[in-house]
Parts: sequence; structure tokens; C-alpha cells
Amino acid sequence: MSIRNTALAAAAGLVLSFGTAAAQQITGAGATFPAPLYQKWGEAGQEPTGLQLNYQAIGSGGGINQITNRTVLFGASDANLTAERLGQANLFQFPTVLGSIVLVYNIPGIESGKLRLTGELVADMYLGKIRRWNDPKLVELNRELNLPNLPIAPVYRADGSGTTFQFAGYLSIVSDEFKTNVGQGTSVPWKAGTGGRGNAGVAGIVRQTRGSIGYVEHAYAKQNNLAMAQLRNKAGNFVYPTEDTFQASAASADWLSDPTFGISLLDQQGEKSWPIVAPTYILLPKNPTDVAGSRNVMRFFDWAFKEGDRFADELGYIPLPQNVKDVIRQAWSREIKGPNGEVIWTGSGS
Amino acid sequence: MQQAASAAATMGGPLGSHGGRARTARRSSNLGDRIFEGIVTAAGLLVLGLLGGIIVLLFIGGWPAFREFGFGFLWSAEWDSVREQFGAVISVYGTIVTSILAIVFAVPVAFGIAYYLTEIAPEVIRRPVGIAIELLAAVPSIIYGMWGLFVLAPFLAQYVQPPIQDWTMDIPILNELFGGPAFGIGIFTAALILAIMILPFIAATMRDVFMQVPAIYKESAYGLGATRWEVVRNVVFPYTRASVVGGIMLGLGRALGETMAVTFVIGNANAISPSLFATGNTIASVIALEFPEALQGSLKLSSLLALGFILFVISFIVLATSRYMLRPRLGN
Repeated sequence: MSIRNTALAAAAGLVLSFGTAAAQQITGAGATFPAPLYQKWGEAGQEPTGLQLNYQAIGSGGGINQITNRTVLFGASDANLTAERLGQANLFQFPTVLGSIVLVYNIPGIESGKLRLTGELVADMYLGKIRRWNDPKLVELNRELNLPNLPIAPVYRADGSGTTFQFAGYLSIVSDEFKTNVGQGTSVPWKAGTGGRGNAGVAGIVRQTRGSIGYVEHAYAKQNNLAMAQLRNKAGNFVYPTEDTFQASAASADWLSDPTFGISLLDQQGEKSWPIVAPTYILLPKNPTDVAGSRNVMRFFDWAFKEGDRFADELGYIPLPQNVKDVIRQAWSREIKGPNGEVIWTGSGS
Repeated sequence: MQQAASAAATMGGPLGSHGGRARTARRSSNLGDRIFEGIVTAAGLLVLGLLGGIIVLLFIGGWPAFREFGFGFLWSAEWDSVREQFGAVISVYGTIVTSILAIVFAVPVAFGIAYYLTEIAPEVIRRPVGIAIELLAAVPSIIYGMWGLFVLAPFLAQYVQPPIQDWTMDIPILNELFGGPAFGIGIFTAALILAIMILPFIAATMRDVFMQVPAIYKESAYGLGATRWEVVRNVVFPYTRASVVGGIMLGLGRALGETMAVTFVIGNANAISPSLFATGNTIASVIALEFPEALQGSLKLSSLLALGFILFVISFIVLATSRYMLRPRLGN
């Protein structure tokens, strides 16, 4: 009897220790923008998935470099890769969540949400063409405000970032002059203003410089109580940055028009759409050498798509629409193959 | 190498006079001694190898940029990641101007500290002040950066820059030098932070060399009726000049490569302006900011490595000069 008990206990112990040993690591590196969410997903998902996420927020460029060299299981990038680049590195990309970028300002006497701006005027500020807050064009838009005679101090991200990529992309859409003279990129040759390091640097400079305007991720502006401006969207309405206007933008996007999901959500149609909303991406090798590892990555994001939306909401990100998630799962099965051409992702059961 | 040899020779002198024991111990070589010798030789050569390896790698990494832009890389003011046009002149300018300004700010204060500590301060004060100065060197540079951005910059923007601008408004060259919007961040602030950071190095070197001045020289001068200032001017300074300049160069070398603190307060704008209050960037800050988003094999990554190579060369020249100035003075 006692021998049997001991054997049972030993077996239970074995199972238990096997259970902990099975908490496999998945490693990823890249974009800093979704890093807080991935961290949160990693913590919350460890129990149900048995996967331990090791994500290093080294920047999108670094993430692309690392996954191209296959030193991590997945890369993460805020800027979508072109089909050509994906082909070269034999990578597959899919979006995880959306983020939104807002304009923050520091004008004495003007409360958050009162200032109205258009993309063209913002582009002119960053081009150094509009230099004072009492410029007739700004006064025209803000009749009920008393805009001061103060120099405009545009503030931008000095470090290369996906935030800059999307913001400069938006300004390039709304202003031809911005497109020709500055253009879109993770760091661009700004014509006016000063640079802060990271969201914190931009927010810091905006907070202490009278007459400044800057762009940061919405979650960041919200947490730090920065004054946010209204923007005129493509439909011609002034919209305030809220979850509703972000969702409106996500819903009106034509996600399925591009098999690489590389669609732009900037300047969307729609009555209520906030114009600067952008997805962030995960990069996976199409021919993973570590098949089990790659399957684990998909298993992790499958879980995140099912259970992770509430964390995204909490942290100020916008979850993907349900139909997009389904299409992504199908694409995993179709695009990512093992060494012998076998399908790696066969649904949540695998 | 020659310095080391001469140092060994001078050390051998007193040892020899004490008797033959030390000598014999040194000559008797057993296996342990030889292994130890091998290890320390390897440690010494490792430094040389590392230094050579870094400079070669930087050059190879930067080669595509040098090939693409030629010598134009050195004086092109473009830094456009979108159109892949890169040039070094703005960051080289920022690096040199902030470093030289930092020296201008730091040297008088360092001289004051050193002179006070060696000539005027009572014994009780010397040690605490000396230690405080050395502790300044131990403050991490990111702390200086944050303090610069959140405390110093707003203070400058509110209380220092506007009065200077009002005062210089009508003076032809000065109004250019202090013109432009006063954000509190920029070349001037970066130089100020750098000055605080290099102050302990320069002050410590100066204090040490001032203390080396033989008391008899100073006492003779005082005996002839010289004032304190005349003693400094005519005895202390000529005696220590080379070492003081060497110490300043050491501080300059440190200022050139400082990254984190400068990145916080310089404004990171790719522009050259005659105004010291304008924003700019330095080689180290550009590399720190742009490196994470530079893709492998891109011209941008190569240009960043080329910038690193240029910084290396500038630092090397400065440090080599400082070594030359700090060399043991002949005849002493």
C-alpha cells in the first residue's frame, strides 16, 4: 500500500515537474510601441498557454534585423514591410492591434480638446511655414478661442520610431509639400522644431515649452493628462481622439484588400474616423527551422486574439475586428510551412 | 612603452638600494611566474587588439557610406533617412561646438576649485570638497540628462535666456549668437551639462598638479613680496602648464563622446544655426537615436558607423594630444 502511494506521489511529482518544464519560451524582439501590451499578454497568457514570452523592445528596425537573421522566433514592427521586402527575407506579417497617434499642445489658457486643427495646418507647422499661434488660418478654425501671439514650437520624436513613421505618413497624405520635402519614414528630415527622445521626451518638452505642439501615442497622452487637439478627418468633421473615433477608423478600413495586411489606416473615410490610426505587426518566418517554436508563437497570438482584447482596451490600444483575426488564422495555415511543406498551424488544437 | 620602461627603471632604483633580495626573486622564474607573465601580457595585448578591432570594424562598416558619398560625407549637411542622403557636418559641428563650449565653461570653475583647494582652503575643508568633486564624476549620465531636461532647461528658458536675449538684442554679432526662440534646450544647455560632467576630471587633474609645485618655489616668491595672484601667474601656472592643458584635453575627450545626457537636452535637430540657443545634434546623439531603426545592410546603418569612425578619429586626436602634453616632463 505504502509503496503504491509513494509510486503515485512520485508519478504526480513527475507530471508536475514535466508541467513546469513544458512552460516553453518564445522569444521575440522589435517595436517599442506595442511592448507594454505584449508584456501584459505574456503575463496573462503564461498560465493558459504554458508559454513564457520573452519580448525585447529594441525598436522596429532591430526587430526586422533580428527576424531576418532568425535569431528570434518572431519580430515586431510598427511599419509594415513591403511585399518585396517580405519576399526577400521570406517573412509573413500580420497585425496584432491598432494604436492611435494624437496631437498634444501647450498653449496657455487653452484647455484640452478645445483646439481645432487640420492635417494641412499641422504639416505647415512642421514645415516651418506657420510660425505663430495667432496665424489667420488657425484663428479662422478656432473662432471661439483667443489664440495668443506666441511662436509655435513643433516637437518631434528624435529617435527613429514607428510613431514617426505613421505621423509622417499621415502628413504626407494630407500635404503634398510635406510629401516632397520631408516624406515618410521612421525618422524624417523635419524642417522645423526640436526633437525629444521617446514619447516621454516629446511629452516632457511639450509640457514645459509654451506654444509647443507634439505627437505622441494616445495611451501616453491619456496617462499623462496632456492637452489633446481635435483634428478634421477626411469626411470634413472635427473629431476628438476617443476610443469611439479610433474604432470607427478600424471598422471602416478595407483590411482584406492586401494579402500582406499592409494596408494604411491613415486618413480613413467615415464620419467619425480619427485620422491617425495604425496597426502594429508581427513578423514570422515562412519557413521556420524551429517548427515547434513557430507553432508556439501562433498559439500565443491565437490566445491573445481570443482573450487579450480587454488588456488592449485597458492599455489604450484598439483590438482588431473579429473577421480580421479569422483571416489572419487562415493565413497562418496557408503561408507558414515546415521544412517538408507541412502545415504548422492547424487550428487551436495543435 | 618607453614610459613604462623608464617608470620601471626609476622603481628599480630604490629597490636595488635596499639590497639584492627583490632582484633575485624577480629573476627566479618558475612555472607559476611564467603563466602569470603570459596572462598579464595577454591582458595588455587584448586592449590593443580590441582597439584595433573596433576601429577596423567601424571603418569596414562605414565603408559603403564613404564609397557612396566620398569626401562629401564630411561636409554634407543632409541627414535624410527617407531619401538615403547622409552627411556628417551638422553632427560634427554640434559635437565640437558643445565640447569646446563645455571646456570654456568648465575650465575657469575647475581652476577656481583647484586653486582654492591647494592654496586657500583650510585643511578641514579640503577633503570634503575634494571628495564632493570626485563624486560628481560618479553621477550616471542619464541622471544629468533628466535633470537637464526637467530642471535646468525650464530654468534657462525662463530666467537665463530671455534676459540675455533682451540684453543682446541690438548688438550686431551677439544678437545672432543668442537669437532664436528660447526653448531651454539646445547647444547651450548641452554644453552646460557637459561642463558639469567634465568639471571633476579637470578639477582633479589641476588640483593634483598644483600640489606638485615644490613649496620652496612658492615660498621664495612670497618671500620676494609676490601677491597670491602673482604666485599663481608666475610660479604655479608656468610650472604646471603642460599638465593642466593635458587635463583639459582629457575632459574634452570625455565631452566629445558623451551620449545620453546630451541626447536629452540638445534638441536633436539636424540644423546648424549661428545661435547657441538653437537646437542641434552631436555624433553620439545621432548614433544613439537612429541606431535602433537602422536596417541591416542599409546605407543609414553604414552612415552611422561612418559617423562612429569619425568620432573615434576625433577622440583619438584629442587623447593623443593630451597624452603628449601629460608626458613626464624631462629634467624633473
